[in-house]
Amino acid sequence: MLTISNLHARIEEKEILRGINLEIKPGEVHAIMGPNGSGKSTLASVLAGREDYEVTDGSVTFHGKDLLDLAPEKRAAEGIFLAFQYPVEIPGVTTINFLKTALNEIRKYNGQEPLDAAQFLKRMKEKAKLVKIDDALLKRSLNEGFSGGEKKRNEIFQMAMLEPSLGLLDETDSGLDIDALRIVAEGVNQLRDGKRSFVVVTHYQRLLDYIVPDFVHVLYKGRIVKSGTKELALELEEKGYDWIKNEVDALETV
Amino acid sequence: MSSIDNKDASGLKAELIADFQSSQAKLNGKSALPVHQLRGEAMQNFDKLGFPTTRHEEWKYSNVSNLVKQTFDFHTKTDFNQADLDKIPLPHLTGNVLYFINGVYNAELSQIATAENKLKVIPFADALAQQPELIEGYFGKYANYETDAFTALNTALANDGVVVQVADNKIVEEPIILRFISDVRSANVGSQPRNLIIVGKNSQVKIAEAYRTVGEEAAFVNTVTEIIVDESAMVDYYKVQNESDKSYHIGTTQVYQKGNSYFYAATATLNGGFVRNNLNVVLDGEHIESRLFGLYVPNGKQHVDNHTVVDHRKPNCESHELYKGILMDKSTGVFNGKIFVREDAQKTNAYQNCRNVVTSDEATMNTKPQLEIWADDVKCSHGTTTGQLNDEAIFYMQSRGIPKKEAIRLQLLAFAQDVVTQIKIDSIREYIEELILAKLEAA
Repeated sequence: MLTISNLHARIEEKEILRGINLEIKPGEVHAIMGPNGSGKSTLASVLAGREDYEVTDGSVTFHGKDLLDLAPEKRAAEGIFLAFQYPVEIPGVTTINFLKTALNEIRKYNGQEPLDAAQFLKRMKEKAKLVKIDDALLKRSLNEGFSGGEKKRNEIFQMAMLEPSLGLLDETDSGLDIDALRIVAEGVNQLRDGKRSFVVVTHYQRLLDYIVPDFVHVLYKGRIVKSGTKELALELEEKGYDWIKNEVDALETV
Repeated sequence: MSSIDNKDASGLKAELIADFQSSQAKLNGKSALPVHQLRGEAMQNFDKLGFPTTRHEEWKYSNVSNLVKQTFDFHTKTDFNQADLDKIPLPHLTGNVLYFINGVYNAELSQIATAENKLKVIPFADALAQQPELIEGYFGKYANYETDAFTALNTALANDGVVVQVADNKIVEEPIILRFISDVRSANVGSQPRNLIIVGKNSQVKIAEAYRTVGEEAAFVNTVTEIIVDESAMVDYYKVQNESDKSYHIGTTQVYQKGNSYFYAATATLNGGFVRNNLNVVLDGEHIESRLFGLYVPNGKQHVDNHTVVDHRKPNCESHELYKGILMDKSTGVFNGKIFVREDAQKTNAYQNCRNVVTSDEATMNTKPQLEIWADDVKCSHGTTTGQLNDEAIFYMQSRGIPKKEAIRLQLLAFAQDVVTQIKIDSIREYIEELILAKLEAA
């Protein structure tokens, strides 16, 4: 589904990704872990098409297409969804109107008829239940004045509405208390259907207690330095990142 | 009028002075009437003041030098008719709809829906010629014809417009919509409409002025509206401008509010080459509320200048002001908001906010809040912001599948909504929404 080869990216003059290789197959959940500043969020941003980053080398193919060649909205229409670490407040645009526009733009791109008001409302009701998000919240301006938990829940709700084939969760657990974390994670798990894949970017193990990954990768200094299964996450939780840093730094000084 | 000295004047000023002199000659002995005395005084003031230059503090950012170089026909005959009107529809217009073509009332196109015991509507020209006593007590008593050159000019030379009188204790359900059309299909046309709106005690009314241009030549509209809001009356007042790039619009709306009254204004400037709106509100009683909203969306080289004055003269009143601008291309905008809180006006709450989005590096916005407060127990605040759309918000929308152009459009529309939703005459609000959409679509 997604193949990342030797991906290099920088912001201004600073190189952040220094040769990422990753293969994601349908239905898989990959966790990307690593210490602060290792490039985890950059990877998610580059995949979603954030303009601040410049890709200097490597390639990314998604469903056989050159992803890096597409504008962010086209990536979304192809099936990529980024759940933001810091969802943006957009005054004056209600979540409902926003999603209706988004959904119908994606449908248009894929040669489908737009949903009419009734179909849209039906889907909205269904998906709102899935992530336990209040109807009243959806009628308000997008994320404006929402609590941290409400914002993250809204991200998952949007993902449920847009039905991407690949969900990128960028530090979705940050700023959440344990109850909010569980609700958000349950929402994600409901969307796991054996075909949809996820990349879960996180600093901590706790989200992975709920969203159990198939693979765990450790990012450090812009490269994947270790890959394993969910046990690797537990090991990191117990031992921290220093042992990995030491291993890598030792190799570099040789 | 011997004191008016025409020999140094040139261009537009000379034309206007000559125009005044010829109108005086036709008064047939009525020149002694107070109304005409006042017009004479106003003309002398204009002659003394002349057109303002950018050295004038109030005109620092709005340069009328291109206007005063041109000449305009102020007495053009137009055959503008229903068929022409059908080409510039303003759909779903109901209520009292009055048409002014080149500033002159057109009875054939107009309709009056409200019964006369509630609402009197008299063309200004008729009031001036036949019932000067009707307007004597109000005309020129509020708008400043002493130091404001354009108001002086209008006071001296306005030949039509409308006098609207709402009786006491009446709720006028049907809106009053004044449509001013400059027909410049064959020549440069000038018009100076004068409106006098008198709203009786405890009465309620909604009024809109809508301006537009038809044709390719230049238009000069110099308009003055005086609104008297009597005790406990409620007035909604909207001004909508959709004029051509070759038009000059200078307009003053002068509002006088008495105790317990409520005045609510929204000024929406969708198009116009050069626009200057003065909205001056005097709160001369206790427990008055005034709310002023503005929206301007200039593009190309359009210039929109809003000057507001809110004058708190008595205690326990409240005023709110919100002006919003979207400036595109090489357009320029000005917002100058004065708030006076007089010594008597304790317990005043006065708030002012002006927010702008510029979508191009070449667009400019000049904002200047001016608060003069002589009372000590008041709550006043003001704020202005001018910035660009948030890139992160645009990316957020793109990441959900919304193309960049559409994301920008949606956010600008949302930005304008705060003001647009204030407009309570459906047909006028829908018209404004449509014009904004069209304008953002073209961007």
